Amino acid sequence: MAAVASTTATGEPLLKIRELDKHFGPVQALYHVDLDLPSSQVTALVGDNGAGKTVLTKCVAGIYQPDHGQVSWEGHPVHIRNARDAARLGIETVYQDLALADNLDIVQNMFLGRERVSAGLLDEDSMERSAAETLASLRVTTVRSIRQPVASLSGGQRQSVAVAKAVMWNSKLVIMDEPTAALGVVQTKQVLDLIKRLRDRGLAVMVISHNLNDVFEVADRIAVLYLGRLVVQDKASAFDRQSVVQYMTTGGASRAGGTLTTNG
Amino acid sequence: MPPELVAQSLREYFRAWLARIAAGESGVLPVIVAMAAIVLVFGAISPNHVFLLPVNLVNLFQQSAVFMVLAMAEGFALILGEIDLSVGFVGACGAAITVQLVQPLTTNWPWWAAILAGLLFCAVFGTIQGTLITRLRLPSFIVTLAGFLIANGLFLWILNFGPFSGYPNLAGFSDNLHVIYYLMWGNIDPIISWVVAGAFVAGLGLWMWISDSRRRSSGLVAPPASLTLVKIGLIAVVAVVVVGICNTNRASIGTLEGLPWVVPIVLGVLMAWTILLQRTKYGRYVYAIGGNPEAARRAGINLSLVRTAAFALCSFTAGIGLMLYASLLGGMSNNLQGGQYVLYAVAAAVIGGTSLFGGRGKPLHGVLGGLVIGGIYNGMFLMGLSVQWEYVVTGLVLLAAVTIDSLSRRGAASGSVTRV
Repeated sequence: MAAVASTTATGEPLLKIRELDKHFGPVQALYHVDLDLPSSQVTALVGDNGAGKTVLTKCVAGIYQPDHGQVSWEGHPVHIRNARDAARLGIETVYQDLALADNLDIVQNMFLGRERVSAGLLDEDSMERSAAETLASLRVTTVRSIRQPVASLSGGQRQSVAVAKAVMWNSKLVIMDEPTAALGVVQTKQVLDLIKRLRDRGLAVMVISHNLNDVFEVADRIAVLYLGRLVVQDKASAFDRQSVVQYMTTGGASRAGGTLTTNG
Repeated sequence: MPPELVAQSLREYFRAWLARIAAGESGVLPVIVAMAAIVLVFGAISPNHVFLLPVNLVNLFQQSAVFMVLAMAEGFALILGEIDLSVGFVGACGAAITVQLVQPLTTNWPWWAAILAGLLFCAVFGTIQGTLITRLRLPSFIVTLAGFLIANGLFLWILNFGPFSGYPNLAGFSDNLHVIYYLMWGNIDPIISWVVAGAFVAGLGLWMWISDSRRRSSGLVAPPASLTLVKIGLIAVVAVVVVGICNTNRASIGTLEGLPWVVPIVLGVLMAWTILLQRTKYGRYVYAIGGNPEAARRAGINLSLVRTAAFALCSFTAGIGLMLYASLLGGMSNNLQGGQYVLYAVAAAVIGGTSLFGGRGKPLHGVLGGLVIGGIYNGMFLMGLSVQWEYVVTGLVLLAAVTIDSLSRRGAASGSVTRV
């Protein structure tokens, strides 16, 4: 897949969120959130527990409907009403629990719900070939056979399969929720390398993470949520570890590092 | 990692298979061992080795056929991680409807219409149960327990119509009665039996060979050519043994020979449901829901529809099973132990290798487990042991099967190998 420019012809980021509000009853989960997700960049979304990271993700993925605010995709305003709308635009989400069926093999999981059929029967050969191509293009080589059940894979391999499943559908934005939680050192590195490869293919990637090591390792941009407000987003190089922690815990910075403007 | 997936030769394959057994993932091996043990033990200790006579082996298969088909029915619920307790009496209602409708003195329906009506009743009953389970989110255990009682009542009510109150039978002079009776007792001419079996093995073998070699040549995961040949060879051997046994004259006076109709009927159900479960989108979704319902939901699968259809298919297949029972009995009787047949159906499926925990199981498992239960039933009957021992032994075999299932599941959770 050819890499695409980091912005569209008009200079717009792939996904642009403006003044997004979301409340559940009296609880204001998101308040006037502005966020840009440009192509060919990894944006890390960080924040303390309850800051609204998951709610924001689900608004983008079509699971929740925002109350107010504009979302534009490739420069055009869009309404993402459900997961299918999101998939049609090219937005795929890799949830923390990965949503893989242990009893099915890798190919079956990657095509789950979108199986190829010829003459009423599953076209296993064609699906296996495509799955193998996708895994090879992501250089997921630790898996010995793509016909092994997912139950027999390690945590990192399972994450890789879930990511491969997400990128197989010409997706342009991949959202990953805590991709390295519960992984060992080697497996974490595998997954971070995989995220970088997605970026190199021209995809926009949004990673939610608690682990600042991973964030600084992989992110091009960092956005910090604090109590439902997006307090800062900027190039990763504009932050250091201390300033990120400061933003996460107090919503502001006591010293330089990051700007409070919304454009990175 | 299942090593047989990367094995390139027959020897590597065999070694990988041994490794899998050692890891606690035994597949159909326990049921094959159980079958061999039944044949050896009852063959040795039955009076005059009568167990191994062709007449008894054919008889055994006929008795087992009911268990096999019921176990294949129960498989639909088990793969979903559910259970259907109503299969015995729902199937019995369907079979009773069929037996009543072909009675020449009353309705005198053509046999095919009567069978369709019986199976349609079962499918509708299953659809209602499935709808209650999925739309109202009631537990399948309770819904099908209620269905069991309701169907038991309906069954007795249906039997009371017509001239044979409570015991409609298939004796009499009517082609429609004969067809139902021949489901179990009719035989195919010996020569035609050979031709049919030969054509079946040739067709299946050719299909296996072509699809495996196509996968091999395009670099996909495929077994070595020698393994494909071994599999085809085994199928051919089984076919020759079965047809050979069936084609010997089994009557003490006169002639009774040829493949019983019930063999192609069971094979037909086996093939149809194997294709449905393993080669169609629908079957893939059944396994996915059994393995991880949340993943299936996020993949956009309509869970309610798939699960309701599975309960309908379960009841439908139970109808086929109880029609074979009616044919075996030569009619329908209000003595039917519908509850016991449910337990045997679950036992047969689990003994064959279907998991009680959902996500794993094949129609073939029901057929193999049904043979084991039929073998125990038949062998203990020949020994003159009373029925209580049959219950005890079947219960012990079921316990053993569930233990194996549970242990292999624990093994899978700790990272070893499972297969669908």
